[in-house]
Amino acid sequence: MATNILMPALSPTMEKGRLAKWLKKEGDAVRSGDVLAEIETDKATMEVEAIEDGTLVKILVPDGTDNVAVNTPIAVIEADGEDVQALGPPAPAAALSESAKGFGPAIPKDKAMVTLSVREALRDAMAEEMRRDDSVFIIGEEVAEYEGAYKVTQGLLQEFGARRVVDTPITEHGFAGLGIGAAFAGLRPIVEFMTFNFAMQAMDQIINSAAKTRYMSGAQMDCPIVFRGPNGAAARVAAQHSQDYAAWYSHIPGLKVVTPYTAADAKGLLKSAIRDPNPVIFLENEILYGHKFEVPAGDDFLVPIGKARIARAGKDVTLVSFGIGMDYALKAADELEREGVSAEAIDLRTIRPMDSETIIQSVKKTGRCITVEEGWPQSGVGAEIMAKIMEDAFDYLDAPVMRICGKDVPMPYAANLEKLALPNVKEVVQAAKAVLYR
Amino acid sequence: MGLFMAAATSTNRGKTAPRKTQNARANGAAFSKEEELAAFRNMLLIRRFEEKAGQMYGMGLIGGFCHLYIGQEAVVTGVIMAAAEGDQTITGYRDHGHMLGCGMDPKAVMAELTGRKSGASKGKGGSMHMFSKANHFYGGHGIVGAQVPLGSGLAFANRYRRNGNICFTYFGDGAANQGQVYESFNMAELWKLPVVYIIENNRYAMGTSVTRSSALTDFSKRGQSFNIPGEQVDGMDVRAVKAAATRAAEWCRTGDGPMILEMQTYRYRGHSMSDPAKYRSKDEVQKMREERDPIEQVRARLLTSKQASEDDLKKIDAAIRAVVAEAAEFASHEPEPDPAEIWTDVLG
Repeated sequence: MATNILMPALSPTMEKGRLAKWLKKEGDAVRSGDVLAEIETDKATMEVEAIEDGTLVKILVPDGTDNVAVNTPIAVIEADGEDVQALGPPAPAAALSESAKGFGPAIPKDKAMVTLSVREALRDAMAEEMRRDDSVFIIGEEVAEYEGAYKVTQGLLQEFGARRVVDTPITEHGFAGLGIGAAFAGLRPIVEFMTFNFAMQAMDQIINSAAKTRYMSGAQMDCPIVFRGPNGAAARVAAQHSQDYAAWYSHIPGLKVVTPYTAADAKGLLKSAIRDPNPVIFLENEILYGHKFEVPAGDDFLVPIGKARIARAGKDVTLVSFGIGMDYALKAADELEREGVSAEAIDLRTIRPMDSETIIQSVKKTGRCITVEEGWPQSGVGAEIMAKIMEDAFDYLDAPVMRICGKDVPMPYAANLEKLALPNVKEVVQAAKAVLYR
Repeated sequence: MGLFMAAATSTNRGKTAPRKTQNARANGAAFSKEEELAAFRNMLLIRRFEEKAGQMYGMGLIGGFCHLYIGQEAVVTGVIMAAAEGDQTITGYRDHGHMLGCGMDPKAVMAELTGRKSGASKGKGGSMHMFSKANHFYGGHGIVGAQVPLGSGLAFANRYRRNGNICFTYFGDGAANQGQVYESFNMAELWKLPVVYIIENNRYAMGTSVTRSSALTDFSKRGQSFNIPGEQVDGMDVRAVKAAATRAAEWCRTGDGPMILEMQTYRYRGHSMSDPAKYRSKDEVQKMREERDPIEQVRARLLTSKQASEDDLKKIDAAIRAVVAEAAEFASHEPEPDPAEIWTDVLG
């Protein structure tokens, strides 16, 4: 019986990869466990093994093919004695929709641009700042020799050495506190949490030591530290590994909370965060790590903390989101445009301090607003935006503000339930139409 | 006897960990006249300051929590006598003695206790949260045990900068049961951080005696799993404290990693001002005061050796009482912070 070998996923969030090299050729006999091919993403390399004995009768995707979608058939193996069946060409890899349009006014028009993944942009930001300032170092689990659990710190150990790229034991409370102590002494630590789910172990140090000491000391003590790592739902990792902490940290005076969506913002904001004299919570997203965007070339590109970006101008309804929520908001704006609705999409970029002015100005123009986030509704970022609009733009509203959030349940594991628990583009479109009474 | 070093000797590049002798007094720990007088002055300043703070608390001038250091004065005094310029100090909430020991102005400390604008933290920190970068004092931390990773981080910065300084990180027998202490021990030994962990064992974590809270009451052994050497020290004898701190400081400063000193001490007052201390007998406290008091030990030695007269010591006491009275007067009459100050100093 012929068996299709499918393009495997290297991680729960991988969508496509490169078929780097075939180690067997058509007609070769293969045994279960033989390595057939090598595949790569920007994050890792993996070998594809045969899972049964037989003959490699057909290679469907040749060496060196980029952007092969997960689950695409890449070869056919047939048990001995069977006929080779005619097989059609592989299905084309589904194009990833990248609906981000433009990157707002922060980038000068004459700037040369390069295409980078969010992962590369973050790495470049850290490397540039470490070259610029010897007091900057990175510390966390697997940041050095493993080059990051999500490969964000690729190449840093090689360039900067073990003094400045520090692998820790699995000890979040301890290394968060240690980083804060080093910041009190005037160093500029970048503390990587493998994911922000694990930062709950360190919550006391982040809130009580990092956020409050400047105030409690009458400004004698500064805490220039960045806590960064992936935040929010990844894919199929269930409730303890799928949580958006934007609202949690945004509650705390003394912290800044940054949530980039594009690679340009990831780079420019991380550089600003590292230079900031305050503790900055820098919330990344695992699913966005592989997404590619245009980023200004050079090592002098900063994005100011506390400034939102109008990702797409419009006049009928305002969509406010941040981080991966922008993916829903921008796709919804595309769909609304097809239905004749002009949506303005605001990427908050910073949750605290929040750029209320940009939201309020937009709502004064459109009279309608939808907030979009993967976090839970109660006391969420959307709830805060609604309160701000009530306080400062109530008279300009033509409809109640609505929020599209993650459902008010722990994240389920089953694929269908997980999909239901997250917001989706359709919900955003429906909400926009509802506030337009359409 | 808190002798723990067998494992340490095998991994610390063949060096022998500092050894506690049978009797600290026979350990070359004798003080010169100048050292005795300095220790007497410094401990007495803490004692008189804390007595005054207790009175002012009773008068309603100091609010919130107020944890007095009376009885434990020899610990911070002896350790600071062993410190070098630039060495850092960090501790928990029973911190008044550490601040005075580091050289902070008693007026600024007392004015912080009364919540005034001239307080060390502009009235925003209070008893548990004061800092002085100029005096290398890094707090003053209100969450039990939180200062231990922070102090390890200060030591990390010393090693990063190769500045030769060490961090004295103080915590109590109660904090010694917090998990983050052991997370810190692990990293400190792993990276050979220059940190001396000083466990001030005053026998009671609030109202819980060490025998009711700790499976292993020899706190000098708490670093055993991490290969960190430790010593038990008579924390009521300032000479023993200084001698042990000197040995530990040298161990850390020369790159051998952290060391633990268990200072066996005693607080005469309750955990905080609101503690009636019913978990121990009055006799126990009285016996300690009469037989082990750190200040009385120095006084007796000075008088016996005729290095000072009763009159000399009375003059010292009078001068210290004047300093404390001035601090109290200042702290009682300084204005409260300007209301606009509520919004300042949140972010830099």
